[in-house]
This record gives sequence, C-alpha cells and structure tokens, in this order.
Amino acid sequence: MVSNATIDEATVWRALATVTDPEIPVISVVDMGIVAGVRVDGDTVAVDITPTFSGCPALAVIRENVRGAVLDAGARQAEVRTVYDPPWTSDRITPDGRRKLKEFGLAPPGKRCATTPDLEQVPCPFCDSNKTQMESIFGPTLCRSIHYCQACQQSFEYFKPV
Amino acid sequence: MNATLENLESLGGSLRDAVKSLLFRMADDEIVIGHRNSEWTGHGPILEADIAFSSMAQDEMGHAQVYYQLLHEMGEADPDTLAFGRSAREYRCASLVSLAKRDWAFSIVRQFLYDSAETVRLAALAQSALVSLAQVAIKLRGEEKYHMMHGRSWMLRLGAGTAESHDKMQAALNLAYPHALGLFEPTEFDETLAQAGILPREEELRQQWESAVVPVLRDATLVPPENATPVYGGRVGKHPPELKELLEQMQVVYKIDPAAKW
Repeated sequence: MVSNATIDEATVWRALATVTDPEIPVISVVDMGIVAGVRVDGDTVAVDITPTFSGCPALAVIRENVRGAVLDAGARQAEVRTVYDPPWTSDRITPDGRRKLKEFGLAPPGKRCATTPDLEQVPCPFCDSNKTQMESIFGPTLCRSIHYCQACQQSFEYFKPV
Repeated sequence: MNATLENLESLGGSLRDAVKSLLFRMADDEIVIGHRNSEWTGHGPILEADIAFSSMAQDEMGHAQVYYQLLHEMGEADPDTLAFGRSAREYRCASLVSLAKRDWAFSIVRQFLYDSAETVRLAALAQSALVSLAQVAIKLRGEEKYHMMHGRSWMLRLGAGTAESHDKMQAALNLAYPHALGLFEPTEFDETLAQAGILPREEELRQQWESAVVPVLRDATLVPPENATPVYGGRVGKHPPELKELLEQMQVVYKIDPAAKW
C-alpha cells in the first residue's frame, strides 16, 4: 500500500502491538516479551522472535501474523527470525501484559526461579486469595497449570514461570 | 527461521562431525520419547495424567524440532525429512526411548530416568564453549524443570505407595535401568567434544545422573538393580525391534506424499 517509502521503527512496534497470542488473545506479542528486536533498513524490516515454549504450536501462527502485520504497516519486505539470545522467560512479560492475563482469568507467572518453582499458594486471579492448591502441573496448554481456590471455590489456570 | 548460529556453521572437520552426532542423538531421543508419551493421549489413568504426558510429548517434540533445525543449518536435510525420512538404522536414539510404552509404572519410571538425564545434559550444555548450543540449552532447561516435578511426585506416590504399586515400580525400574545407562553410551566423539569444551564425556554425565536419581529412588523406596549391564547399541543404529514398529507408524502419513504441503 505504501510505495517508495521507508518505514520507521515506531510504526513497526505499533503494528506488533496488534498481533496477539492465538491461545491468549488478550495479550500482544510485545506484552508477552516475544519480540527480541526490530531492525529497519529502508522498507525492509527484520523482527527477531524469542520463542516461549519450544513446542508451542502457536509459534508458527505468531510468526506468520507478525510478518503479515509488518507488511500491512507498510514494509515491502519482512523477515521474522527465531533467536535464543536473549532466551524468553516469563519475566519478560510486561506489567501491562500481567494485568491483561489476570483480567483474562489467568494468574500471571511469579518470579522465575532456576530450580523448583513453587506452584502452591498461587494468588487466585478472581479473588486474590492465597488459599489455593495446585491440581495439575500441566493444563490446557503446556504453559499453564491448573489450580483450585478454596476461598472463592473456583478452579483457575496459572501461567507457569519459566 | 534462522537462529544465531555463526559458530555452529563455521565449525570444521572433526568438530563438526562430533557436534552433528551429538545433535542427532539428542534429537532422536527427544522425538522418540515424545512419540511414546503421545501414546498416553486419551489413555492416561486419570485426566491430569493424560494431559501431563501429552504436554511433555509436545515439549520433547519441540526440542527435537529445535535440534533438527540446528542440523539443517549445518547442512543436513530439513527437519521433516530428518524426522520422517530416516529408517531405524539411521536413528541414533538410546534403547530406553525405543521400548514400547508398557504399563503406567514403566512409563513413569522411564520418563523420570530420561528427564533426569536430559536435565544433566542440558545443564552441562548450558556451560558449553559452543555459544549457540549453550543458548539453546539454557532455553530448553526451563521447560524441563516441570517434567522433573511431575516425575518426582509420581515416583514417590507410586514407589512409596501400596505394596502393589511399589512392586510394579520396582519391576519397571529393573527393566528400565540398564536401558537408561545406555543413554550414556560412549561414542567415538566423546573425546573431541570434551576437549573442545562442548560437552563433558558421557561417562562423566552418567555419574552426575546417578547422583541425581539415586536419592529420589531411595525416597521412593526403590532400589536400582545391582551391577546392571548398560544396554548399548542405540548410538550406532542398533535398536530393539520396537523402534522399527514405532517409526513405521510415525512415518506412514509422511511417506504417502513427502512433498505434500500441510
């Protein structure tokens, strides 16, 4: 749609903010911390993606959607590269992203730790109670665990810290 | 699509062959155990167990894909061709992952022994002189810690559970342990990898693995078989017949039309 033009980096970031995670549609790839870098050269854009879980089936969709959004924003060529440096960790999710996860009913990840993460007493996203217990380490997607809140008697999902 | 792999691509000669061998061993272990785990999808004893094995299957296959992609960037065929286009003789997985799924006790014991080995290997690789491999290892080990939590809790629950569950777990351990030792089958590349600071020798990794699994087995009131003879051969393409059966099933759709676009 735009020809013979350059595209600025701010435009690319705005476009990326419209690309959501297909399995958590309230949060963008920027909020998720998946975008590791953007390089603009004239009308050519390269976006570095640092994958969440390596076996996540959403990754291929995310990659395509990122490419599409950058092209729609006016880039003539868009390249999406997978990088492992920096490695994605749940600490990369932005404060805004955490708030959106919670509003979605998904408890945002606690601070990452190297060894055995604590999956007990995860705060309930509905009533904020800590009187909760872990029911299953794995949930509907491999990044989530399943918990039960004794205070409001609802089960909920937790985005596991990695 | 392309990870930052400058230093993998620039490897020369014997080092290149050694790294490829290592990647094939790791990738093949992952895809085969991933496939074995997926055999519990829809068949787990309880829903949460079913979901856990399905999720772990997804993780392991994701790891396999990452390793095959690295191999592809070192000049091998694309990941699909590597996974679906090779015969059992060309696979380099250890016999532990090739064995059929058997009962729940066996699957739990196998997964625990396997994940413990993977954790040791990834921890070593995270320190590797080969930076691009270290980056991948750092990334993947974060996922692996949930497998370990899952494995440990089931080992304790069933090992130190009822007399019946304990006996089934001990029988599973007796069967699986010699095959698990085969995960550390020495290869002609061990020396090269160790000297280059890429990965310690398999024998050293095996010792680390034993130090990690023995305390858990003790807590689970299980005893590793005495003087177990490691089952070797997987790293040179000699496998139990179960692998051929698995690959026939896993590759059947791909082989109908390898060029099909999905």
